[in-house]
Amino acid sequence: MIEKVFKGNSRYWMWLAVLCAFIGVGAICYIRQFLFGLGLTGMGRDLSWGLYISQFTFLVGVAAGGLMLVLPYYIHNYKVFGRLTILGEFLAIASIIMCLMFIMADIGQPLRGLNMILHPTPNSMLFWDMVVLLGYLGLNVICGWVILTAERKQVKPPKWVYIFVYVSIPFAVSIHTVTAMLYCGLPGRHFWLSAITAPRFLASAFAAGPALIVVACLIMKRVANFDAGKEAISKLTTIIMYAALINAFFVLLEFFVGYYSNIPGHKHSLEYLFFGLEHNGHVYNNLVPFMWSSVLLCFGGLGLFAYMKIRKTGTDLMIGIGCVMIFVALWLDKGLGFVMGGLVVSPLEEITEYYPTANEIGITLGIWATGFLLVTLLYKIAIGVEHEVEA
Amino acid sequence: MDKQRRKFLKMAGATALAGISAPAVVKLTSSPALASSGHGAPAEHGAAEEGHMAPAHGTEEAPKGVRLGMVIDMRKLYGKPELMEKAIAACNKVHNIPQIDSKKSEIKWIWEMPFENVFPEHSSYHASKTREENDFLVLCNHCDNPPCVRVCPTKATFVNKENGIVAMDFHRCIGCRFCMMGCPYGARSFNWENPRPYIKEYNPDFPTRMRGVVEKCNFCGERLALGKEPACLEAVKESGAIVFGDLNDPESEIRKVLEKENTIQRKPSLGTKPSVFYIV
Ligand code: SF4
Ligand code: SF4
Repeated sequence: MIEKVFKGNSRYWMWLAVLCAFIGVGAICYIRQFLFGLGLTGMGRDLSWGLYISQFTFLVGVAAGGLMLVLPYYIHNYKVFGRLTILGEFLAIASIIMCLMFIMADIGQPLRGLNMILHPTPNSMLFWDMVVLLGYLGLNVICGWVILTAERKQVKPPKWVYIFVYVSIPFAVSIHTVTAMLYCGLPGRHFWLSAITAPRFLASAFAAGPALIVVACLIMKRVANFDAGKEAISKLTTIIMYAALINAFFVLLEFFVGYYSNIPGHKHSLEYLFFGLEHNGHVYNNLVPFMWSSVLLCFGGLGLFAYMKIRKTGTDLMIGIGCVMIFVALWLDKGLGFVMGGLVVSPLEEITEYYPTANEIGITLGIWATGFLLVTLLYKIAIGVEHEVEA
Repeated sequence: MDKQRRKFLKMAGATALAGISAPAVVKLTSSPALASSGHGAPAEHGAAEEGHMAPAHGTEEAPKGVRLGMVIDMRKLYGKPELMEKAIAACNKVHNIPQIDSKKSEIKWIWEMPFENVFPEHSSYHASKTREENDFLVLCNHCDNPPCVRVCPTKATFVNKENGIVAMDFHRCIGCRFCMMGCPYGARSFNWENPRPYIKEYNPDFPTRMRGVVEKCNFCGERLALGKEPACLEAVKESGAIVFGDLNDPESEIRKVLEKENTIQRKPSLGTKPSVFYIV
């Protein structure tokens, strides 16, 4: 099936070339960082996690989001998603590989990465995160490949693979829960120390993952002659709406706890993110525009979907715009605000704002491009098989 | 040998940590009784005499073992920033701590900070003049229940069972900086780049670090193993501002100070049980 990636029109090759250019730049930036050290990033003593870890956190969500396709199809036998589940599985593969790349980019001694496996440490959430991520990656590779091969041969997938499919469902939940536990078990970090962190992560994941899949489907409809079906897309947008609403609700709950309890530590991060935090006469607010964009995009997207549902209309373009709005809103909320907001006040009550460096952004874009490349190739295979079956 | 002496020999469990095989000895406290007992000799001399005795102590120890701790008597440091600077300089020197002039990448093991930064959980409302005008000395608290150790995925940071020191294995650390997230006291630093060019005065007795690993105060485990006191304590010895010893030994000087004086710990509500106490 691999051979399918080598056949494509000029637009396909152009797209790959653009991605490869980004990957090339990212690779050069990474080599610089590898030779010099993490000093090339905008991170520092007071703010020692940055863009890499926040992208990792967001992408774990994208990977988990595939669950919203797998679960209805395999558990509830919701046939409409039949053509989509493979896309969810392949998206999960690509996002987890991106996650692992972000982790490797973030550690100070990448050559010692194996220490995580050589000295398993059950008290560390990072160890369990690695376990569930690798597990979920493996499960998706197995399920995706076996099911696609079966489809190509036009036979039913072997029975045993369903065991892996069912196991992958709790795994999808666990990858995001454990990632939330990286944050929400740390003493003295009020913004993260919240029992609602894991549910909040899951809600945003169940919106962001499917939103990306819908966008991919709409693009493939135009360029690759692949139609997921109107009903499937409509159901997906419903799922996205509910998940995004629940996520917004959770964020509001955080506001309530912070502002009603009036405990400074619980308010600082929210203040910094949404209004600007004053300290010794200086106002720190570099994320305020991003967070308000997130709010506007989220409610804008929800409004757009609501309009389309009520009026029972909606063009592909409108759906696409709605999904992009929600996806970007969630990226700003989780891929930027959550990590930076928690870090802005250091344990020594000092305030440090984060500005990623060009090198760091180069690596980040390179990894995203790698992810897009993987998704493109995997989807190319999946659609190639579809077309073959139809023909 | 008196009981107290044996206790301190047990502290030499730090030997293993420092990777020094010479049997370690004696004078580990500022207790005058010990200093005058004639064994305050440099380690090379004491080693032969004490070396064969050390292993025997393991069996007769109190079950809870040694828990090293520190009391910082700020009353003796108020208005004397030069004393604190002396302590800091001594630590920097013995541990080859790079002097990096940027807030972003600096490395600190022991440093000064205003009260509200060090004790944010204590009210600073209508604080006394002394409190407002003086900086406080901070370092890793060698917590009894350290979150930094709990979160480390490689056991690169660990509690030394012999004496309660929270130590670092620089060769195992992968530089994930999770421990920095876990520590609620900001006690840890990361080598964002190669630290060696920034070492002012090289001390061949202590390893330098490579880039990409985390480091912090180690309660001078390597000096204890040689029968010396922590460098910061030694530097400000005459002032008596720092008291160091076994928190589990009711006879130790530090316990006597703790029984007599009112002390506070940093962020006690987090349950980390810091082993550094402050008299303010
Ligand atoms: S002060 Fe911080 S680094 Fe030191 S033991 Fe406690 S948690 Fe760990
Ligand atoms: S940075 Fe090093 S010591 Fe800290 S948690 Fe990671 S591996 Fe452990």
